[in-house]
Amino acid sequence: MRPAPGASALMAEFGSAGELLTAARSLRDLGYVELEMFSPYPLPGAEEVLRLRRPRLPRVVLAAGIAGVALGFGVQWFTNARSYPLDVGGRPRLAVPAWIPITFEIGVLVAALATFFGVLIAMALPRYWHPVFEIDGFERGSSDRFWIGIGSSDPAFDAARSRTELERLNPLRIVATGAPQ
Amino acid sequence: MASWHLELDGAAVLAGRPGDEGLTQQLLTPLWSKSRLWYVCFALSGAGALLFAFSIAYTVGGGIGLWGNNIPVAWAYAITNFVWWIGIGHAGTFISAFLLLLEQEWRASVNRIAEAMTLIAVAMAALFPVLHLGRPWFAYWLIPYPATTGVWPQFMSALPWDFAAILTYGTVSLLFWYLGLVPDLATARDHSPDRARRLIYGTLALGWRGSARHWQSYRIAYGLLAGIATPLVISVHSIVSMDFAITQLPGWHSTIFPPYFVAGALYSGFAMVLTLLLPLRRAFGLHNVITTKHLDSIGKMMLAMGWMVTYSYVVEIFIAWYSGDPFERYTYLYQRPLGPYAWVFWLMLGCNVLTPQLLWWRRARTSALALFGLAALIQVGMWTERFIIIVTSLSRDFLPSSWHLYAPTWVDWSLLLGSIGFFLFLFFLFLRYLPFIPIAELKRLAHDRSGVA
Repeated sequence: MRPAPGASALMAEFGSAGELLTAARSLRDLGYVELEMFSPYPLPGAEEVLRLRRPRLPRVVLAAGIAGVALGFGVQWFTNARSYPLDVGGRPRLAVPAWIPITFEIGVLVAALATFFGVLIAMALPRYWHPVFEIDGFERGSSDRFWIGIGSSDPAFDAARSRTELERLNPLRIVATGAPQ
Repeated sequence: MASWHLELDGAAVLAGRPGDEGLTQQLLTPLWSKSRLWYVCFALSGAGALLFAFSIAYTVGGGIGLWGNNIPVAWAYAITNFVWWIGIGHAGTFISAFLLLLEQEWRASVNRIAEAMTLIAVAMAALFPVLHLGRPWFAYWLIPYPATTGVWPQFMSALPWDFAAILTYGTVSLLFWYLGLVPDLATARDHSPDRARRLIYGTLALGWRGSARHWQSYRIAYGLLAGIATPLVISVHSIVSMDFAITQLPGWHSTIFPPYFVAGALYSGFAMVLTLLLPLRRAFGLHNVITTKHLDSIGKMMLAMGWMVTYSYVVEIFIAWYSGDPFERYTYLYQRPLGPYAWVFWLMLGCNVLTPQLLWWRRARTSALALFGLAALIQVGMWTERFIIIVTSLSRDFLPSSWHLYAPTWVDWSLLLGSIGFFLFLFFLFLRYLPFIPIAELKRLAHDRSGVA
């Protein structure tokens, strides 16, 4: 995984979502590829501007769901038909209809657990410290402020030129964060 | 924020044009401010919680002979309460998941409350079958673990189905609720007035920083969970209904039970959402985020569910007659409307069939007072429905020599009342310590409506 932009980045703060998206588009057009945006709520269009790839999570969840179905069915088959066969009301050993409810429930359970832990892994959370948290006033980023960062590892990045380019976008302020030690 | 208008505006899901910071402040206020009203509610519901704890201890200590249950009515209040609570627990996930997939905007401000209600109701529900075991410390026998006896649970019985359904439903509801909370916990972390709370909310927020990559994964995961949870909601009460439907008892052995139970569950669940939402809206002045549009929508849902339940009642009675089975006919055509529990049956019909008809009128759907009253009646009605299903069928089955009437003892009553108290107790804790209206989601809604691309 490439380093998260912001690990060492030039950050600019904006007062509205519209300004942030406009800024992101201009920076994209200037050739920056390592951009990251921070907003208090999901912004429609952010994925296209940053050209984010679609996560693989749905396929992982599908696989987990299928595994869960197999597990649910397998446990019932093994316990009630194989390890200790039970004759209940003359049902056949392979009492498939009677096993469907639990098979479904365990499939759902495993898929849901995979979604939850999968998304945490995809987001690399929990991660309690991040360079952006060092910015004074970044707290408002979860309420009404919008930030964009250019990662210093971006091939188009140049500390002085990038700062001028950011200034042209009229941000509230520009902060350099996580300078390499 | 002077432009926030509180008058009734028919279509708005979000009244006024609240600014982002204004919305944050408004929705986080209940976390930081102390209110006398809250302490009163907390103390009263706490007394109910103590009653519940006492009743449980008394039941576990003395055995379930303290209840009115006996052969033939072995299920009675415990299972009535169980089905009632789990039914109430359905609306939360339905609102959060199903309405999310249908892109119903109005769900945004009520979903967190409904999800918390679901979680707590499922916890209440899960307690009753365990207590009903009589020896609750053996509840783990339901889990297929390799015992030295070599015996496993019997998975062709409806009871392990129930166990799997409740376990899954409780877990998925918790994950869905918590995932939805994470961005708002970060907002709470960033607005905490002191270090202790910053640490607590910060820990719970997992280091959320609202980056575009986070939001992308987050929204996909949230949608996936919603897609998973929607069939799950339908399955849970279907499985609960199979506890009854796969037996031979007249009044239980019926294929209409799964959809009938699901409709009834959503019906009582929406009623409970209203019961909690309306006082909350008034106490915290949330008229700008919980508007008449919400009340109107929930009212319409209740009317629809009420008719599905009514339809089920009619079909059940018709099929009992049409089947020609004398036992079915006796149960539906004589015992329920005219037998010893007839007054409960008519109370059920009055509450579940007549009261929702008021919802045809827009005036009733938009009046908080009318809705609150209706919701209370519907909850009584749905509880009596489960009582009727369970107790009438068990008390008079095929052999008149084994007939026996059931009457609850005070322990039955105190467990029911105590569970309501404990439910409210946990709900008040939730209101005090967690952001109960989704902040980020409402901001997104405000953003979408402001038309900024």
